[in-house]
Amino acid sequence: MAADKVDPIHQFHITKILPIQVGHWDVSFTNSSLFMAVVVILTTAFLVMATSGRSVVPGRWQLVAEMSYSFVANTLRDAAGKSGMKFFPLVFSLFMFVLVANLLGMIPYFFTITSHIIVTFCLAMLVILTVVIYGIWKHGFHFFGLFVPSGVPAALIPLVTMIEVISFLSRPISLSVRLFANMLAGHITLKVFAGFIVTLSAAGAVGMAGSILPLAMAVALTALEFLVAFLQAYVFTVLTCMYLNDAIHPGH
Amino acid sequence: MIERSPGGDPEPKPAKRSAAATSPAEEAALAARLERLGESLEARRTAEEAEKSRGRSSGFGRATKIASEFVAGVIVGGGVGWAIDRGLGTAPWGMILFVLLGFAAGVLNVLRAEGVVADAGVRLREAGRNSGTPTDRSDG
Repeated sequence: MAADKVDPIHQFHITKILPIQVGHWDVSFTNSSLFMAVVVILTTAFLVMATSGRSVVPGRWQLVAEMSYSFVANTLRDAAGKSGMKFFPLVFSLFMFVLVANLLGMIPYFFTITSHIIVTFCLAMLVILTVVIYGIWKHGFHFFGLFVPSGVPAALIPLVTMIEVISFLSRPISLSVRLFANMLAGHITLKVFAGFIVTLSAAGAVGMAGSILPLAMAVALTALEFLVAFLQAYVFTVLTCMYLNDAIHPGH
Repeated sequence: MIERSPGGDPEPKPAKRSAAATSPAEEAALAARLERLGESLEARRTAEEAEKSRGRSSGFGRATKIASEFVAGVIVGGGVGWAIDRGLGTAPWGMILFVLLGFAAGVLNVLRAEGVVADAGVRLREAGRNSGTPTDRSDG
């Protein structure tokens, strides 16, 4: 029990809630799946209920829903232009999913699904595959012009193109690593400082007094984590918009 | 579903309603609410702007950003080289070549993330616009 408390990694353990086996694949319903379902249900319920009133002067909840709408819409319009708005459902879903998942992870004893790289990597692959498929479908072979910068001496074109291709392929990795690393690091730090409080306060009166310091740190970190939760959802959305912009206008 | 974009035009709708509304007291209350809404929207917008500009200088965020960009380039380069070696049996040359290219791509990623080098799409669009004068932004 004591070891369990100060183990900062324990919170990321995947536990099977409903073991399911299909052929060779383990498709068990885990705590991660549970929280993904919770995120989706919570987001949908919130948006449906907040906008069901459709009053002209929005109430509190409707205002929040409309603000999130206009926030994502403005971000997308700024980055990808008017024609980018056809991707609004995708971008808005991604933003809400990441944001709600991050915020839900801030509740004690809740599982943070975005602290697992496979989750964030799948989200990033979703974005990149959308970019590639839409880009090829819309512009055909022209889309690959993205990798051949103009104004480069002919002798250098193969080298530069290769670097550009690798740079493009590294996008889903950096996109997913950034979200995952921020959430993981934040939660571990929080847990470590919270562990200090427990350990110190167990060491008598002096420890009790000393534990105020990590307590203050934990409070400050919690505030920071809420900021990071929002900021990372925003960063993910902005980068998605920028990549979609490449697919919509790959240059001519 | 939200049918309208509430960002820019919260003003006209209540105004429309107040035209159809009855009592002047209600109208005054609406105007007051409208003003408050405008204020809060403005406050929110400035807060967002501040956050956007601060996002660049926030130490840890910036560190993870740059680190992930660079590492991603090297990892992908190594991965591609490994796959080519495996497929064509050219070990170890594919790996050597592509890890080096991966380092270059990682540096390119970092420079792009910091805005020193223009994005490929942006650069291409610019080049397309004033074609004939190739824009080389890498000296920036």
